Amino acid sequence: MTKILAVDDSNSLRQMVVFTLKQAGYEVEEAKDGNEGLLKAKSSQVDLVLTDVNMPGMDGITLVKELRQLPGYRFTPILVLTTEAGPDKKQEGKAAGATGWIVKPFSPEQLLATVKRVAG
Amino acid sequence: MSIDIGQFTQTFLDESFEGLDVMETHLLSLEPGDIESIDAIFRAAHSIKGGAGTFGFAEVGKFTHGVETLLDQLRAGESSVDEAKKSLLLEAVDCIREMLTAARDGTQLDTDAIVAVERRVQEMLSVKADTADGNSQESASAHRWRIKFVPERDVLRTGNDPLRLISALAELGPVSAQCHDSLPLFEDLDPEECHLAWTLDLDAEVERSAIEEIFEWVEDQAEITIEACDTQAETQSSACVSLESDNKPIATSGDAETIGGSKTNTRARAEGGSIRVNTDKIDALINMVGELVITQSMLSQFGEQLESGNREGIENLLEGLSLLERNTRELQENVMSIRMLPISFVFNRFPRLIHDLGETLEKNIQLKLSGEQTELDKNVLEKISDPLVHLVRNSVDHGIETPEIRQEAGKPEVGTVHLNAFHKGGNIIIEISDDGAGLNRERILAKAKENGLIQEGQIVADEQIYELIFAPGFSTAKELSDVSGRGVGMDVVRRNIRALGGSVEVSSQQGQGSKFTIRLPLTLSILDGQLIDVSGSSYVIPLISIVESVQIDMNSMKTIAEKRLVYKLRDEYIPVISLADVLGSAVKESRSIEESLLVVVEAEGSRLALLVDDLLGQQQVVIKALETNFKKIEGLSGATILGDGTVALILDVSGLLSLSKRKMGNLNWLRTQDHAAA
Repeated sequence: MTKILAVDDSNSLRQMVVFTLKQAGYEVEEAKDGNEGLLKAKSSQVDLVLTDVNMPGMDGITLVKELRQLPGYRFTPILVLTTEAGPDKKQEGKAAGATGWIVKPFSPEQLLATVKRVAG
Repeated sequence: MSIDIGQFTQTFLDESFEGLDVMETHLLSLEPGDIESIDAIFRAAHSIKGGAGTFGFAEVGKFTHGVETLLDQLRAGESSVDEAKKSLLLEAVDCIREMLTAARDGTQLDTDAIVAVERRVQEMLSVKADTADGNSQESASAHRWRIKFVPERDVLRTGNDPLRLISALAELGPVSAQCHDSLPLFEDLDPEECHLAWTLDLDAEVERSAIEEIFEWVEDQAEITIEACDTQAETQSSACVSLESDNKPIATSGDAETIGGSKTNTRARAEGGSIRVNTDKIDALINMVGELVITQSMLSQFGEQLESGNREGIENLLEGLSLLERNTRELQENVMSIRMLPISFVFNRFPRLIHDLGETLEKNIQLKLSGEQTELDKNVLEKISDPLVHLVRNSVDHGIETPEIRQEAGKPEVGTVHLNAFHKGGNIIIEISDDGAGLNRERILAKAKENGLIQEGQIVADEQIYELIFAPGFSTAKELSDVSGRGVGMDVVRRNIRALGGSVEVSSQQGQGSKFTIRLPLTLSILDGQLIDVSGSSYVIPLISIVESVQIDMNSMKTIAEKRLVYKLRDEYIPVISLADVLGSAVKESRSIEESLLVVVEAEGSRLALLVDDLLGQQQVVIKALETNFKKIEGLSGATILGDGTVALILDVSGLLSLSKRKMGNLNWLRTQDHAAA
């Protein structure tokens, strides 16, 4: 089963993401910030990482960079969840090694459509 | 299939309100260059904006976006922190709070004010406008498209798989793909690199933007050209990859509306309210339950011993029972504590209030908070907030003097308002004290005489004068100010506090300040009650409303106006009500007045003596609402179940008062007995 890691410091958004993905039949791990996300990613290999950008502790950009250093995550799709409509944050995410982004706000349907595209 | 995410709306609202508090706290103490605080404020705004759109509060998202941009500029050092920006941001925090509250409760919103703040935020933003997303390209539509896709070698390193992109494209319509490879020799091949390129023909009537969206993530990692080729004939059939389409359109941004539509039902659900509980409390609870289970198995074991005639059985059983009692009590305390929240939830509003009031009134005020961690029931907490705000406003407006007057009086220029909370004998005490001018005895007295509350020449003690400020319609303010005196008087404050089963008192020293003391029960669901007996049934009188209980001296019992029975207690005449009569108990079972007792209670400022048959004892009772199980009955605030399983009704003293006034005509029997006794 496809396993997804969702990292977001906002409880409501993270719960919504986790709920939506679980409903769609994915196995989901969750983390409150970059540090926790990195630990979870290390402890069990996931097939897709969704991460918020602005988080206390380790932010999403740093998490992407750290993940790309890990052998198991060199080619794993990583999507950043960003509120920035402008190109800055997206490019920052890309430069760090992110696969792509989902722009907030998004509906559960949009989330699933994007996830299906990268995780099947 | 639509996915219902309404269940997370409450969480979103809770965390947004918390975020707003964080923003406010940091804004109030924000100094230029305090990057950490700006970061915290920014993060909070960012989360609200991020969640708002998702959970159907698009307006909030739009409004917060401006605020966030302004904060981002502060964070990046593009503009600096000053008072004007701080005030504007504080106002914006208020706006967001109002918008969320209105959305939650479905109430009306003052949109004009919000639009005004939004415009000011926009004006405040530096001219640097980067709103356009750079997608100014024509969004033309065509029947067929040819896409040349030449990814860079390292495209795989960001997790972007070209095959996946082509699959996504195939969801728009049938795709025929021609692959061009530039593969190196096998020994030189690095499997982590991509050496392929494609020419893709898409046979679908879609907009250019739909295709652009698919390749959006790899724009910087590939050469992509998209051409419309409507007139083109059959393309080369030498496609090396052909993908079937399942014709499912990919979601577009238009879907955002679907969440907006579910707004109405999330609203209703949000009212249920939720509470955040410290995990320690839950752990403690689980511990308690664990012990309870052990005690239970212990008890059943002792029961078996008893059955087999073991003499030690009884002793063990009693020991077990006392253990059970302790477990139950601790469990009760723990469960109650789940509903308890620190009063800081309310106190935290005040730094802002004081800050704003100080500015409006041009007074220098500092706020001292103590006992913020004192916990009280969530319901009480929510309802005490408004009365507290009123009292604090009152202290600042009427209490604290202007800096000039304070200097003249030899006081420090900065006035102090002190909020203090603590536990005392099963109650919560909240004190609001200030070092201002104190209550003006003369002015209150003059006003009281004007209103006819006090007769000319009547001598009144200071405490009684101060009590007058709680009288309905009493305000000594010469003119209605904007700050306090909005028509909501101290009488409303007192009424609200009384409705919580509490009381409020004032003490004052002219020239040195005044102090309001609020006394509240720990919780609304358990009360300390006095059990009484009326015609053989048990009732509960809330202990907090009882002044004293007296044995009847028939010489002090008088009848006035042929109907009303009064009791003279230390120079004070108190109206007497027979509970048996008011509650409609069978009269014949009642004792005669001489053998009865009087319980003097206080409600809404007046005293009342209740005629009861017997006092049974005091105990804590758990309140069960009558409304939910039966219906509301005047004079009763609820019911409880006693240790022996019987139901006792809990008396509502203020309800009894009004009930008795209407029932006065039925008191004839009392009068006859009174005459007989006299």
